[in-house]
Amino acid sequence: MSHPAHPRLPDERLERQTDEGDQMLTASRRAVVADGIWADGDDTMIVNMGPQHPSTHGVLRIMVELDGETIVESKPIVGYLHTGMEKTGEELTYVQGGTNVTRMDYLSPLSNELVYSMAVERLLDLELPPRAVWMRMMLVELNRIASHLLFQATNGLDLAATSMMIYGWRERELTLRFLERVTGLRMNNNFIRPGGLAADLPDGWRADLDELCATIERGVRDYADLLAENPIWMERLVDVGRISTADAISLGITGPILRATGFAWDLRKAQPYLAYDQVDFDVVCGEHGDCYDRYLVRLHEILESVKIVRQCAERMPAGDYRVQDRKVTPPPRARIDESMEALIHHFKLFTEGFRVPPGETYVSIESPRGEIGCYLVADGTGKPARLHIRGPSLYNLQSLGTMAKGALVADAVAIVSSIDPIIGEVDR
Amino acid sequence: MAVFAGGDPLFDHGIDLTVVVMLIVKTFVVFGLLLVSVLLYIWFMRKVIADMQNRIGPDKAGPFGMLQTLADGVKLFFKERTTPIAADRPVYLLAPFVSALAAFLAFAIVPFGGAVRIGSHATFLQLADPPVGILWLLAMSGLGVYGVMLAGWSSGSKYPLLGSVRASAQVLSYEAAVGLSVVGVLVLTNTLSTRGIVGQQAWHSWDSFVSQWLWLPAIGAFIIFLIAATAETNHPPFDFSEAEEELAGGYHIEYSGIRFAIFYLAEFMNVITMSAIAVTLFLGGPSGPWLTLVAHHGWVNVWIVPVFWFLLKLWAVLYGTVWIRASLPRLRYDLLMNLGWKVLIEAAFLWAMVTGVIVVARDRGWNVYLTAFAAGAAALLVYGFLMACVPRAGELEEIR
Repeated sequence: MSHPAHPRLPDERLERQTDEGDQMLTASRRAVVADGIWADGDDTMIVNMGPQHPSTHGVLRIMVELDGETIVESKPIVGYLHTGMEKTGEELTYVQGGTNVTRMDYLSPLSNELVYSMAVERLLDLELPPRAVWMRMMLVELNRIASHLLFQATNGLDLAATSMMIYGWRERELTLRFLERVTGLRMNNNFIRPGGLAADLPDGWRADLDELCATIERGVRDYADLLAENPIWMERLVDVGRISTADAISLGITGPILRATGFAWDLRKAQPYLAYDQVDFDVVCGEHGDCYDRYLVRLHEILESVKIVRQCAERMPAGDYRVQDRKVTPPPRARIDESMEALIHHFKLFTEGFRVPPGETYVSIESPRGEIGCYLVADGTGKPARLHIRGPSLYNLQSLGTMAKGALVADAVAIVSSIDPIIGEVDR
Repeated sequence: MAVFAGGDPLFDHGIDLTVVVMLIVKTFVVFGLLLVSVLLYIWFMRKVIADMQNRIGPDKAGPFGMLQTLADGVKLFFKERTTPIAADRPVYLLAPFVSALAAFLAFAIVPFGGAVRIGSHATFLQLADPPVGILWLLAMSGLGVYGVMLAGWSSGSKYPLLGSVRASAQVLSYEAAVGLSVVGVLVLTNTLSTRGIVGQQAWHSWDSFVSQWLWLPAIGAFIIFLIAATAETNHPPFDFSEAEEELAGGYHIEYSGIRFAIFYLAEFMNVITMSAIAVTLFLGGPSGPWLTLVAHHGWVNVWIVPVFWFLLKLWAVLYGTVWIRASLPRLRYDLLMNLGWKVLIEAAFLWAMVTGVIVVARDRGWNVYLTAFAAGAAALLVYGFLMACVPRAGELEEIR
């Protein structure tokens, strides 16, 4: 029965709303969607989770076909946050490019900047001073900590452990505060740039960092006390959303999800970059590839990252925080007032940027979510000819269909949460 | 004490105008009490959880933010009320009121104070004391689920439908567990009247705390009741019908404005009613020490002390619900059903049986400890047998 002021929408309109899931829908099921909520002939129901849904982590849309509450089929539909960042990257100089890539995976912006900078540096054939390398490593690990802390928070929230949400957010905020002290911004730092970093570490960073590390370790112990062995928590996660190593590899899944299946694949060990071969840390591995293992892997990775950060802080070399090549990095501010060359370099660098010799390269590093790669083609001008980012979230998200088959709606939430996708990176 | 035999002494001398006026006044007072309790409970909940989570919580409206809920209510009252075009309009409009009405009616049987005298009329501080007291509670909480069910069904939308299906299955299952756990108390007290039940838990000395109050004699029933009542009121960690993270709010997604507020109100009224019933059944209701410290027959003794004790216990139980809300993640729906049907209902049933056996043994003069031991062993055997009969998940697939 409808209100006279609101005539029923024509059926074509309702049908058009579902066109994206058409591959999944047979004709009779399409009729179900068009006619309303009741199944016509068969007993399944199509439900759209998202793009506006509390636990789809942004604007992810998942078409779920439900039999009762059991998922028959699920399909992530991406693209709601597509902003054309890779294309934008071709219109920005190499110096400006950092501000662009940092916005892709907005929970680990420094990883994005790092992989982009490393690609540019490889084309320029630049050798970085050791302090720059170790600073980068320290900051990226801190960023990994912040990202995994946020995972702890959102994972808790998705399973309605609201206190966990606040606790995770609290420690993450402290981490971001430290990053803000160093880089000037909490997120989207644009601090790691081709040629080094934007600035040196601030005074007194060491004391702040030690305090931060102690707080995080205490926090992680608290999280484990609160949830790791909580019977409800384990009931919700153990054996939910299992994926085998073979499936994970064939879907191109990397990062904690792959490691949770028992396959110790971590680019920091497998193809060491920066100075990861000089620090002591373990690759955390799961066994079963279920949501619980993914939760534990991320929890323990926080501690491993703290270990790396501590070693970085202890062994932080003195010296320059960027290469002193005036064609790539700007001169010190004071020099601009004294030296004509410095002024010219500064001006050229920030108007047309530096030129990168023609060539192409692919650099990949281990971001908190897995292998983030940067494919860069240079044509000798000041702007990239082609920029492509291999966002781990996009590949990881594909595992949803495999993981969620036969699970319950509530499990789908736990599974999406354990994939930890960042839609900004999925859609770019 | 003849007044405790059941039935309000207000009606002892027939019904005249004064009695009717007093009844109306009582109705308003109890309704007001419940509403104020809800306002305070929501504020209390938010404050306590905020404190557990390193936050400040509401602190702007009124002293310590106590008027925050009132402000929210006023805001919701003036919000636009929308009706989805696919909704079944009459049912959709009716559903919130069914919920709220049932929630309020259930509270009517809660004794929140002692027997008082107003003018020439003696009366209980409780709205109604029907001889079927506890059955009334069960009936009303069963009725309350209609509100949720109809709301979800009539919204013409999928998430609410899932929410209402969950809610009806959950409430019906846990209704059985609540009912059976209450039986454990009823066997001990031998009455259904709530006034009669609290009358038997009267305070005599500190010994009453363990011997008179029923939480220890009926400890199994108490624990089962707390769990089942939490599930029946859709309170975390059993809040499946809303399940913000899964169903985005469940049965009340399509509701806005004051109708949404009424659902909210009904939900919290149910929490308060169930906590009050827990206090009534297991924690002695309005009885407590100090009753005899002040001079006998003083108005403080009659009016204030019982109400004070009742409210103190009520808020202690409510604090427990808030604590649970802050610390536990949500169960999954199938696990909830397992817990209900495979554990709680059996346990409550067997507890009631064992209690019955012990009561009979006491009355007949048998050795109570021996009988209790034998009954307990038999109960465990029966439970083991039942569990052995339940197919495991894998076996179920094979049977199919």
